[in-house]
Amino acid sequence: MSRTLISQAQIGRGRGRYLYWAIVVAVLLIFTLIFIGPLYWMVTGALKSGQEIAQTPPTLFPKDPQTRNYTDAWTNLNLAKLMFNTFYYAIGAVFFQLVFDTAAAYALSKLRPIFGNVVLGLMLATLMIPAMVLIVPQYVTAIDLPFVHVSLLDSPFAIWLPLVANAFNIFLLKRFFDSIPEDLIAAAMVDGASPLRTLWSIILPMSRPILGVVSIFAVTYVWKDFLWPKLVMPSPETRTLSVGIYAFSGGTPMNVVVAASVIAAIPTVVIFLIFQRNIMAGLTSGSLKG
Amino acid sequence: MATMTSVPETSRKPLSGAYGKATRTRRGRKMRDNLTGYAFLIGAIFCFALFSWFPMIRGIVMSFQHTKRGVTSWVGFDNYVRIVQDPSFWTAWKNTAYFTVLALVFGYVLPFVVAILLNELRHAKGYLRILVYLPVILPPASALFLFKYYAYDPSDAGLFNAILKFLHLPTSEWMQSPGMTMPAMVLASTWMNMGSAVLVYLAALQNIPGELYEAAELDGAGLLRRIWNVTIPQTRLILALLAMLQIVATMQVFIEPLILANGAGTQDSATTVAYLIYQHGFFQNDLNGAAALGVIMLLVLAAFSAVYVRLTTKQD
Repeated sequence: MSRTLISQAQIGRGRGRYLYWAIVVAVLLIFTLIFIGPLYWMVTGALKSGQEIAQTPPTLFPKDPQTRNYTDAWTNLNLAKLMFNTFYYAIGAVFFQLVFDTAAAYALSKLRPIFGNVVLGLMLATLMIPAMVLIVPQYVTAIDLPFVHVSLLDSPFAIWLPLVANAFNIFLLKRFFDSIPEDLIAAAMVDGASPLRTLWSIILPMSRPILGVVSIFAVTYVWKDFLWPKLVMPSPETRTLSVGIYAFSGGTPMNVVVAASVIAAIPTVVIFLIFQRNIMAGLTSGSLKG
Repeated sequence: MATMTSVPETSRKPLSGAYGKATRTRRGRKMRDNLTGYAFLIGAIFCFALFSWFPMIRGIVMSFQHTKRGVTSWVGFDNYVRIVQDPSFWTAWKNTAYFTVLALVFGYVLPFVVAILLNELRHAKGYLRILVYLPVILPPASALFLFKYYAYDPSDAGLFNAILKFLHLPTSEWMQSPGMTMPAMVLASTWMNMGSAVLVYLAALQNIPGELYEAAELDGAGLLRRIWNVTIPQTRLILALLAMLQIVATMQVFIEPLILANGAGTQDSATTVAYLIYQHGFFQNDLNGAAALGVIMLLVLAAFSAVYVRLTTKQD
């Protein structure tokens, strides 16, 4: 491990060592409190009865834990359906992003057709446009597609297709493909492999890590997204978890809303804990070096 | 690839016989290669065109139009005038600016400090990273309901008020007091979002060569001096980039006011520009006005980015 701000020697002995361990313990305690504390409060709060939650001072442990809020949330808000919807949109988003974005990045990186750089530039330029600025014209487009005049409202394509227009994915994938040696592609072409075959048999197997990153980001993005699904999925049958909970929050006891929020958060937290290494690697691989 | 596509100068002229034929087939091949390339690109181009490029132009066009009973006409700057005269317009900009500045003061410095701290620890690194990133992974709606109902409960049963009371500090009405609305929203937003900045900074910190610290220490530089003269200059680019990204993101703050403050908040204390776009577009049936507000927001952010880039690159 390379040296950082404070040298190993300073931490290794004498007073420095005590100070270091004191800081480690303090950081562990404080960070656990700040980042897990609210989650604990959320999970246990939803186990409390309506009276207990309104009690002062609040109880640290639920006196009489009951799962009623959770079961109420599950049945009254139809969470199973909402969760299925969200999952369905997430899987579709992964599929469409993987197919169209990898194909595009492959073309831009290896096939390099005429004006490819112009296309890439136009794609990357969309990174500069704030999402909020596009929301109205995107919505107007989605409810009445140009030329064909079809509405995408309540159709999963309203979520899938805009997500393909993700310049960050194209950038990540293209940069990864750029690092694959040209000789490999040339060898495959000499052997008579078509571009599609080259992509499928040579590029994709080598790109598993980056494809994993793109997929995980697509899933978490769909799970977290709020405004766009709220606009294009107006009917109760097609809502996502976040939108559905928000729609019900007005007329539902707050403990039930929080219980539903806990249930909605579980899948993303599980996905994160399983893939945390890939997620963290992906996060920093996209960033610039300082 | 490169050798295949560059045709020698002499062969550009059409020649008779076998040589000319070769040129023609080579040209045909190049054409076919281009077509293949675009066949791979077509799906992405279609989606970008439909949901990014076209809406960008359409937003600008819409902002100069008015649609009434299916009839669209050009109205010049009418939408802009109407939007600016909306009493909430200036309040929304004021609130958005306030949120952005507060988020910059807390949400920008804090992740850097946390990253420096975590980078110095030799133990429990993985655990602490997961902790910091955990809120980022939560659906914002879930996290915000937690804050709204449990943390910002204005009675003494709320989590924050209970803590304040325990410490014998004055309690707060949180979202129900206009003065606390923005700080409370910034607090929730920082908790939810700081994890990704921390991880980006951590990666940048690990790229600083250890010799620099070594040399600084030999020169007698203390801890703060080393941070000021080594850590910050070495991470300057990423610091500048994230400042910009954060400001652009916080200027678009939307879900925090929507969920925590039911949109406008007490005495309009939570109305943001993004929320106003949503209001006009989807509640007041004024899509053209919302488009105009979107264009204003785009111009403000673009102007800000231009000034920012100018300032940060001038120093080099």
